[in-house]
Amino acid sequence: MKAFLILEDGTVFEGTHIGADKEIISEIVFNTSMAGYLEVLTDPSYAGQAVCMTYPMIGNYGICSEDMESQKAWPDGFIVRELSRTASNFRCDKTIQDFLEENGVPGIAGIDTRALTKLLREKGTMNGCITTDAHYDMEALRQKMKAYTTGKVVEKVTCEKKYTVKGATALEENGPISGMARYTGEKEKRPSLVHVLNGKGKKVALLDMGAKKNIAASLAQRGCDVTVYPALTSAREIIDDAPDGIMLSNGPGDPKECTAIIAEIKKLYDTEIPIFAICLGHQLMALATGADTFKMKYGHRGANHPVKDLETGRVYISSQNHGYVVDMEKLDPQIAVPAFVNVNDGTCEGLKYTGKNIFTVQFHPEACAGPQDSGYLFDRFIAMMEEGKTNA
Amino acid sequence: MPKNPNVKRVMVIGSGPIVIGQAAEFDYAGTQACRSLKEEGVEVILVNSNPATIMTDKNIADKVYIEPLTVEVLQQIIEKEKPDSLLPNMGGQAGLNLGMELAESGFLDAHGVTLLGTTAETIRNAEGRQEFKDMMERIGEPCAPSLLVENIQDGVDFANKIGYPVVLRPAYTLGGSGGGIAHNQAQLEEILENGLRLSRVGQVLVERCISGWKEIEYEVMRDSAGNCITVCNMENIDPVGVHTGDSIVVAPSQTLSDKEYQMLRTSALKIIDELKITGGCNVQFALHPTSFEYCVIEVNPRVSRSSALASKATGYPIAKVAAKIALGYTLDEIKNAITGKTYASFEPTLDYCVVKVPRLPFDKFITAKRTLTTQMKATGEVMSICNSFEGALMKALRSLEQHVDCLLSYDFSELSAEELLDRMKIVDDQRIYIIAEAIRKGISYDQIHEITMVDHWFIDKIAILVEMEQALARGPLTTELLREAKRLEYPDTVIARLTGMTPEQIKQMRYDNGIVAAYKMVDTCAAEFAAETPYYYSVYGGENEAVETKDRKKVLVLGSGPIRIGQGIEFDFCSVHATWAFAKAGYETIIVNNNPETVSTDFDIADKLYFEPLTAEDVENIVNIEKPDGAVVQFGGQTAIKLTQDLMRMGVPILGTQAEDVDAAEDRELFDKILEETEIPRAAGGTVYTAEEAKEVANRLGYPVLVRPSYVLGGQGMQIALSDEEIEEFMAVINQYEQEHPILVDKYLMGKELEVDAVCDGTDILIPGIMEHIERTGVHSGDSISVYPAPTVSQKVKETIAEYSRRLAKALHVIGLINIQFISMGDEVYVIEVNPRSSRTVPYISKVTGIPIVDLACEVIMGKKIRDLGYEPGLQPAADYFAIKMPVFSFEKIRGAEISLGPEMKSTGECLGIARTFNEALYKAFIGAGVDLPKHKQMIITVKDADKGEAIEIGRRFEKLGYTIYATRSTANALKEAGVHARKVNKIRQESPTVMDLLLGHKIDLVIDTPTQGRDKSRDGFLIRRTAIETGVNCLTSLDTANALLTSLEDTDTKHLTLIDIAQI
Repeated sequence: MKAFLILEDGTVFEGTHIGADKEIISEIVFNTSMAGYLEVLTDPSYAGQAVCMTYPMIGNYGICSEDMESQKAWPDGFIVRELSRTASNFRCDKTIQDFLEENGVPGIAGIDTRALTKLLREKGTMNGCITTDAHYDMEALRQKMKAYTTGKVVEKVTCEKKYTVKGATALEENGPISGMARYTGEKEKRPSLVHVLNGKGKKVALLDMGAKKNIAASLAQRGCDVTVYPALTSAREIIDDAPDGIMLSNGPGDPKECTAIIAEIKKLYDTEIPIFAICLGHQLMALATGADTFKMKYGHRGANHPVKDLETGRVYISSQNHGYVVDMEKLDPQIAVPAFVNVNDGTCEGLKYTGKNIFTVQFHPEACAGPQDSGYLFDRFIAMMEEGKTNA
Repeated sequence: MPKNPNVKRVMVIGSGPIVIGQAAEFDYAGTQACRSLKEEGVEVILVNSNPATIMTDKNIADKVYIEPLTVEVLQQIIEKEKPDSLLPNMGGQAGLNLGMELAESGFLDAHGVTLLGTTAETIRNAEGRQEFKDMMERIGEPCAPSLLVENIQDGVDFANKIGYPVVLRPAYTLGGSGGGIAHNQAQLEEILENGLRLSRVGQVLVERCISGWKEIEYEVMRDSAGNCITVCNMENIDPVGVHTGDSIVVAPSQTLSDKEYQMLRTSALKIIDELKITGGCNVQFALHPTSFEYCVIEVNPRVSRSSALASKATGYPIAKVAAKIALGYTLDEIKNAITGKTYASFEPTLDYCVVKVPRLPFDKFITAKRTLTTQMKATGEVMSICNSFEGALMKALRSLEQHVDCLLSYDFSELSAEELLDRMKIVDDQRIYIIAEAIRKGISYDQIHEITMVDHWFIDKIAILVEMEQALARGPLTTELLREAKRLEYPDTVIARLTGMTPEQIKQMRYDNGIVAAYKMVDTCAAEFAAETPYYYSVYGGENEAVETKDRKKVLVLGSGPIRIGQGIEFDFCSVHATWAFAKAGYETIIVNNNPETVSTDFDIADKLYFEPLTAEDVENIVNIEKPDGAVVQFGGQTAIKLTQDLMRMGVPILGTQAEDVDAAEDRELFDKILEETEIPRAAGGTVYTAEEAKEVANRLGYPVLVRPSYVLGGQGMQIALSDEEIEEFMAVINQYEQEHPILVDKYLMGKELEVDAVCDGTDILIPGIMEHIERTGVHSGDSISVYPAPTVSQKVKETIAEYSRRLAKALHVIGLINIQFISMGDEVYVIEVNPRSSRTVPYISKVTGIPIVDLACEVIMGKKIRDLGYEPGLQPAADYFAIKMPVFSFEKIRGAEISLGPEMKSTGECLGIARTFNEALYKAFIGAGVDLPKHKQMIITVKDADKGEAIEIGRRFEKLGYTIYATRSTANALKEAGVHARKVNKIRQESPTVMDLLLGHKIDLVIDTPTQGRDKSRDGFLIRRTAIETGVNCLTSLDTANALLTSLEDTDTKHLTLIDIAQI
C-alpha cells in the first residue's frame, strides 16, 4: 500500500506503508544510530515524535524483546528507507513489521531518508503527517500540523505506581558485566575498563519521567536497590523514603511544560541527598535552579556524539536523544558550572552543581542504543552516595 | 594536547614490494601520513624499496630512499639523516617488524630516535602470541584456547587436548602466511612444519577452531590522552575460517543487534586502551552465531588493509589522523576534513552500505587451488557503496573485471540439488554463485546456512537478487519492475540479457521513465552536518546531490580498478599524477575508481571522487551529470583504455592519443601497415580466431611461436607453443571467454628484450632512458629484472631504438605516453609490441631519471610541446648509476601455482636497487626482493638438456663462492664432466635421499630449476619448485636470473651499501 509523508513546509515523500494502519501527525526527527532500532522505538523520550532512521536497512536482526527499553513502542510513527523482510538473530522473536503492528505504530518505507534528513537539518525539526490516504487535503493537514505540539507528554509515559528493582546481590560472583565501561573511583580519574563499583545495596530513588529500562538496570547491576517513582510523585514522599541517592530520568517533550515536576525537583535540590540526572532530568534540574533551556534546530539523536568531560579533558562517545538543551550562557556559576560539552557544537552536555552533591548529564550513560563509554558515571554516582554516607 | 615540539625530522618506513597480504593500502596510508606530517612542518625521510609507490615521490617526502628494507640499511640511513623520530606503523607488518627490531636492538635509543605512534612494548603485546594472550586474560577479554608452540610434538599434544579441528597461526607473518586449519594429526604436522619455518621467531599458535562463527572487525583510534573512538565496524559474510582479506565484507555490520555491536565495540576500546596505542588499530572478533560468546582473534596495532577499507567506507582518514596523533595532537583537536566543522573525536555513522569483494588471482594461476582458508590469496579488492546491500553487492561484482556482472555469471545450473549441497562445502571464490544456484533450485535457507554458516540475512539478500533475475526472465518488463531492478543495481546489460531486449532499449526505457542514477555523498555523519568533500556514490531512487559545476574546464580521470597481477599500483601512480597535473593547469578533476586500497580514491586527491564500478553504464551515468570537457584514459591501464570507445559514443572527447590510434597499435593488420610504412621489422606472425587457424599460422612460421590475445595487459593468456598439441591447449584456455578481438600468433625470437617509456607531443618524442631486461625474451617484461641504463647493448642499438620509437610514436599520432618493447639480436632491432599508454615501468623510470613523464604527458595532452617544457627531445643522456627493477612474487601464498617464468606475468610487485655500480644495484635489488644469500651455502641445480652448457658456467661460479652443489643425475653428470664438483641426488620417486629430502632438511639456499619449454608437464619439476617455494627456498627458473644473482654476489661489499636520495635526482 502506498503511504505519504507530508511535512508542514509542503514537502511530500511517497513510499510504502508499514506498521499499523492509521494516520498520524507528529514532530519528525531523525536518529543516526546504525543499530539499536528497537531501543529507539521503545525509548519513551520519543513519545510525541515520529522517528526517521538515517541508516537505510532497518529490521535486519528482527525484534529481540529482551532489549526493549520500556514496555511498548512510543514514537507516533517510524520512517525508514528499507525494512528487512527477514529477521535474523538467535534471540529474535518477531519481525519488526509484526512489532510495529502490535504496538500500533504506523510508518513509511522506501523514501529517500537522506533527503528527508537534509531537509530537517537545513530547515530544522518540522511537524509532519504519515497517511495512506492519497486524497489528503493539504490545506487542512497543514493547519493540523502547524497546531501540533508534544504537550505534557511526560504524564503519558511515566509509570503508574512506584515499584522496586532489586540490586544484584552477588556482584563479584556475577563477574564483570559483559562489555561495559567501568569506573574505579576518584584516584584514577580515567574510568577503568575492568572494574565496576559495588553499590552494596544503596537505595536509589528513580523519578521516572519516561525512564529507559537500562537506567535502573545499570544501578541494579552495580548492586543498588532502585525504587522507581511516577513523575508526579511529591518530593516529600521521596525524601520520606530516605534514599541514599536520587536519579532523575530521561523523558520526552519540552522541559518547560513540566512545571509541576520542576517545582518538586527544586525541593529535592534543597536536600543534601546526592542527585544524578540524565537528559530531561538534567534539563529540569537546570530549570528548577534558575537556568534556561531552548529548542535546538534539529537536536542530537544518535550514538556517535562526542562529549568532553571538562574535569579530565577526556572525550567520550555518547548516545543522545534530545531536542532541547540547557543554555550555558545563562548559567549562574554560583549554582552550576558546565561539566561536559559537546565537541561538535559546543552545547551543554552536563552540569556540576556548586556546593552540592549533584551532577547531571544531557547524554545517556545508560546507552541502549549506543556506546557504553560513559557508564562509569553510574560508578561516580555510587561513589558520591558512598561519600554522602561517610559525611553524614 | 598540542603538537610535540621535539618532533622535527621523522623517518617513515613503507611496506616494500606489493605482495599478497601487503598491497597498495600501505601506499595510500603512507602517502596520507607523509602529507599529514608535512602539513605540520615536519621534515619527512621516507624509506621504501617499492618504486611504483606515490609515497616515494619527491613531493611527498623531503628525503626519499628507495632502498632495501633491511635493518642494516635503515641503520645506515638513520646514521646519515639523523631523524629524531621513527614512524613504523604505516608500513604494514614489514614496517612494524623493522621498527621493532631497531628498537629492541637498542639502536634507536643509541641514536636518540623515538618511536612514534607505538612502542616496542605495544608491538610485542599485540603481535607476540603469548604476550597477547596474557594481556587479554588480564583485562578479561576472551581468546580461543591456544598454545604457542615451537615444535611439532607440543602442537600435537595440545591439539589432542583441545580436540580437532585446530587453527594454526604463525607469529609475525603477513596475511596469515603459512597458517591453516588442521582436521587431523597429519594435516597438523604438515601445516605446523611450514608455519614454524615461516614465522620470524619460529613460533606457531595452535588454537581452538572457531570456524563458522561470525567474523567482525572494528577499526579503533586512540590518542595520547586516552580518548578512544571506533571508526567503523565490518562484518564478514564468509564466517571465520576464510581470511578477512579473502572474504566478502560488509560495513557496517548488518546482523548484529545493538547489544552485540556495543559489546564488541567496548571490547575493542578496552584492548586499544590496554595496549596504549596512539594511532589506529584493528581488532578482529569471532562472535558465536547463537550466543553472546566471542573471542578476540587478532589485533593489528597499525594501519592495515582493513583500516584503508574503513577509511574509504566512512570518509574518516585514519592514516592522516594517526599521523597527527603521533605528533601529539588529541582527537578533539583534529578537524574532520570531510565536514570541516566537526572533529576527529566522533564516530562516523553511515547512511549507506559498503561491500568489499576480494580480487583473487585464480585466472592467472589456473593450476592453483581455489579454496579459501586463513591464508590470504587475494591480490586486491574492490569496494562499492549503495543504500542497499543488494545494490552494493551487484556493483562490487561488476567492478571486479573478471567477466562477472551478476549472480548468474558462473553457471552451475547443471548441478543437481545434491551436487550443489556437496559443492557448497567447498569454501572458494565461487561459493556465492553456488548459494544463488541453490536458491534457484529451492534449497532452504536453513540447509544453506548449515553448510556455509553464512547468516540467513545475507542468504535472503542473495535470494532477493535471484528473485529479481527470475522476475526479469519471466517478464513482462514493466516500469515498476525496471525501477526495482535498477534499485538493486542490475546493469542494463544483464536486464537486457534476461528480458531478451537490447541494452539500448533498456536504457531508453529508463530515460523515458526518469529512472536514472542519483549521487549521494559520503559525509561521515549521515547528513547530520553539511559536508564539504564531494565524495559520491550512486543510487537509484533518490534525490541527486552531485551538482554539475561549470566554472572550470573539467577532466575525467578513469582509474585502474582492483590490483591484480599485470595491473598493479603503477597505474594508480599514473592516475594520481595525471590528476595532479591537470589540477595544476587549472582543470577541475574528477576521478572514477573502485579500489579502496589506492591513493586515487582518497577524498582529497581529485576535486570530485566517484566511487563507482568502471563499466560503460556506470561511467555514462557520471558523464550525464558532470558533462566533462574530456577524459584521459591512457593512465588507468587496460581498465580505462577499454572504455575509450564508450566514452567517444557518449560524446566525451578523449584527451591525448585518439582511440583509432590505440586500435592501430593493437590491431594486427593496421599495425603491420604502420610498421611497413615506418620500415620497422618485427617477428613474423598472423591473427587467428580458432585453433585450426592458429596451427596453420604456427606451421607456416615454424615452432616455437608466441600465442596471445590482443588488448590484454600482463600477458594474460600468453604462451610459447612448441607443437600443434600445445596450440590446441592454449587456444582452448584463451577461448574460454568470448574474444572480442583476434588472437595473435608470432614467431618466437630469442634475443635481448628492451623497453622504453616515452612522451610524444605529435612531433617530438622524449625518451628518458632505455631499460634492458636481464631475462631473455619469453619471460614477461613484468617478471623480468629490468636495468636502467641498458648495460649490454651497443650504441647503435640504442640509436636504432630511439629512432624506431620516434617513428612509431609519430605514425601512431601519440599525444602523451607510449610504451614500446623491442628485441635485439646483435645489432638488429625488432619491435615486439607498442602500447600507446602508460605502462608498469612509468613510475620506475620517472623516479630513476628524475623526469616526471606523467606530468609531462599531461602537459603535452593539454597542448604544450616538449621543447616548451624545457626538455630537448630524443633519448636523454644515461645516468651515471644503475637502477634495477626486480620483480617480486607471492608464490608461497598460492598453493599449487606454477612458479616458472614465462610469457604470462606472475609477479605481484617490484622493488628497486639503485647504486653506482651494476653489481651493487643488483645486490640491493635482490635483497629488497627478499633473496638474501648466502646462508647455508648449499644449492640444487636441475636444468633441462638445452641449458646444461650454460649451467656449467653457473655451477663453476657458485662453487667459487663456496657453494656445495647438489644436482639431479644428468645435470650432475654434465657438471662433473666439466670439472665442477657436484653431488648427485635422486629424483623424487627414486630412493632416499631425494631432492625433496634435501629441501625439507632446511639447509638449501637456492634451487635453479629450468622447466622444459612450454608448459612443464612433468610433475617432478613442478613439485620441486613448489616445495622449494613453500619451504622458503629461493627458486630461480631462468638461467639469466641465476647469472644476475651471481654477479650481485661476486663483487659487492655487502656490509657497506651506498645510499642514494631519490629526491635529489
